Amino acid sequence: MTDNKKDSDKKIDEFSGVETTGHDWDGIEELNNPMPRWWLWIFYITIIWSIGFWVVYPAWPTISGNTKGMFGYTQAKALKKSQEEITARQKIYLDRFEKASFEEILKDDELYAFAMAGGKAFFKDNCATCHGTGADGAKGYPNLNDDDWLWGGTLPAIYETIKYGARSDHDDTRIGDMPAFGVDEMLEPEEIESVADYVLSLSGSNEHKVDVTKGQVIFAEQCAMCHGEDARGSYDFGAPNLADKIWLYGGSSEDVIESIYNGRAGTMPAWEGRLDENTIRELSIYLHQLGGGQ
Amino acid sequence: MTTTSISQEPNYNFDIVKLFTIATLFWGIVGFLVGIVIALQLAFPDLNIEPYLNFGRLRPVHTSAVIFAFGGNALFATSYYIVQRTCGVRLWSDKLASFTFWGYQLFIVMAALGYVLGVNQSKEYAEPEWFVDIWLTIVWVAYLLVFMMTVSKRKEPHLYVANWFFIAFIITVAVLHLGNNISIPVDLFGAKSYSAFSGVQSAMIQWWYGHNAVGFFLTAGFLGMMYYFVPKQANRPIYSYRLSIVHFWSLIFIYIWAGPHHLHYTALPEWAQILGMTFSIMLWMPSWGGMINGVMTLSGAWHKLREDPILQFMIIALAFYGMATFEGPLMAIRSVNALSHYTDWTIGHVHAGALGWNGFITFGALYYMVPKLWGRKAMYSTKLISVHLWVATIGIVFYITAMWVSGIMQGLMWRAYDDMGFLEYSFVESVMAMKPFYLIRAAGGILFFAGALIMIYNVWRTIRGDVNEKEQNSKTQGVVA
Repeated sequence: MTDNKKDSDKKIDEFSGVETTGHDWDGIEELNNPMPRWWLWIFYITIIWSIGFWVVYPAWPTISGNTKGMFGYTQAKALKKSQEEITARQKIYLDRFEKASFEEILKDDELYAFAMAGGKAFFKDNCATCHGTGADGAKGYPNLNDDDWLWGGTLPAIYETIKYGARSDHDDTRIGDMPAFGVDEMLEPEEIESVADYVLSLSGSNEHKVDVTKGQVIFAEQCAMCHGEDARGSYDFGAPNLADKIWLYGGSSEDVIESIYNGRAGTMPAWEGRLDENTIRELSIYLHQLGGGQ
Repeated sequence: MTTTSISQEPNYNFDIVKLFTIATLFWGIVGFLVGIVIALQLAFPDLNIEPYLNFGRLRPVHTSAVIFAFGGNALFATSYYIVQRTCGVRLWSDKLASFTFWGYQLFIVMAALGYVLGVNQSKEYAEPEWFVDIWLTIVWVAYLLVFMMTVSKRKEPHLYVANWFFIAFIITVAVLHLGNNISIPVDLFGAKSYSAFSGVQSAMIQWWYGHNAVGFFLTAGFLGMMYYFVPKQANRPIYSYRLSIVHFWSLIFIYIWAGPHHLHYTALPEWAQILGMTFSIMLWMPSWGGMINGVMTLSGAWHKLREDPILQFMIIALAFYGMATFEGPLMAIRSVNALSHYTDWTIGHVHAGALGWNGFITFGALYYMVPKLWGRKAMYSTKLISVHLWVATIGIVFYITAMWVSGIMQGLMWRAYDDMGFLEYSFVESVMAMKPFYLIRAAGGILFFAGALIMIYNVWRTIRGDVNEKEQNSKTQGVVA
């Protein structure tokens, strides 16, 4: 380094007793302190550690690929190993679970606990998007904690609904149509209002307020085929029970009229192919016990 | 210090520094405010105003406003101030310097408008589309020219360390910007373009850019700032000339390799990940060299720290710098990254650096510069500087602790399996668990913002030439007593 400044520019800093470099920029000088030893040593150690790491692990590109390290580490292998650890935990139960029927599982504490744990985990990751993390549903998405079932609440029925879905693209899907009585001009607007009044009166929602005889007649002609004479619904068509106070699409007069006028056709995807058989069975047991398994 | 250098001060171009200083404060307020808005949007999704003001569009407005508008203007202001004073000459070409100011502001406005309108090439911290990129290139070349021409006609034989850092910052940012933004416009009069890179190559180029934007924009550039204002405010010589040389070159050399640590456990080949990780570890001490040189410069001036809030700003900035540059290598270790990646921990880490280091060193530098630029004896109120310091510090502590807890919790929830081999939590449960921390974070941001408003008031009174009689009186009384 060539230094235009004379040596006399260098001076001793009063406070530290260290010599300056003799430079002066806008009043800023520099002390000629050595680098702190600890700093230098840690720097060296990180370099040595890195070189060691390059030897042990794949680290540098070569013409034909990359250095392989000492133990053949790849992240694909590491992933497989950590996944195996998890599958091993499941496997303790899975072999027996696979062979057991629903009845056997319900009687076996260990298998039952396994099904509940699996069902809960898969429910939150797959079903909660529509049905809510607590399975309490939302408008158009049934609450799964109660005993009000659209397609049946027995274990085989729940299993079938999950596997094939409702109005899904699966060949074996559950199917049932609520016609659009208003849009398709099957009923006059005032007839729709009458039948809505009647339906609401069944759960005591508007008792004594209106005359429901007219609606009762229309119901018997148009609705009873699926919803039943007593309006308690039918699992065969996914027709909801209209005599209780549980409403999938809302229980106000406007909501019910809207359902009758436009029809309803909520869908649930078929999970076969997306979730494996064991998972669907775990989910079935989990949902069965949530509230209203039959 | 020789007496001649005081009496024969060259006719410095301070007008350009004043412009950049005001722009720094203006964009700081904008950037901090948008930060609060998006923090609240995360806590209360109803605050998303579709489509122009939703989180996805406002988030780059926040990041660009604080990094490139607030940070960028601060770097322009201080580098133009420092290069003149340490080279002992007026800034080269008033006209070109002026062009860099207006050109850079136009870049910011074009970028921000683009984001809000959905014109965005979806590269983090490099969101502006091709025509904005070309404009920024022109402005940046002008910046390089102004800076290097000023350096080349300097009166001092040697180049001060702050200027090394500024040169490294300007040149490397140019290279990064050109490399990452290579793209083909769909048509000449349309905003849309497609990147020249695809797949994992695109990701690697992006994080080579992204990591070194942190390294050279937010680290090297701001170290340049630190190397001037800390010794000036402390009125002490730089601790070690040798340390500054070694940590400068090691920082510059090692930083550029560390980008792959942003892509751990992805499609990027593991050798590249591991190489990036080891360079990140080696980067620890070179980063700390700047902190040591800054903090040790105070030896002989520690007593000043008790009374001087400007020096307090700078020292707290260095402390956050040291913390963030230790945390960075730690998070670059693959097994640590497996927990921290994609969580709020990253956000906390970034803000320890951004609010603590970049924010505080800028505030310290501006508090030092403003009275000198406008020919005042001192800032209007020292007490208000102190209030700013504490309000903002508490804000940062709220912010980063909330994000540490939230991030580590999030990472642990994602990876938790029960004894039977099932996931313990769903993703949405981890989101619900984060809500209280989102609120604490927003509160921290509001405090930081409030501090900046106090600064604006103080700067405004200083520029007006107001003298705070109360503080003046109490000072005189103190002397008498």
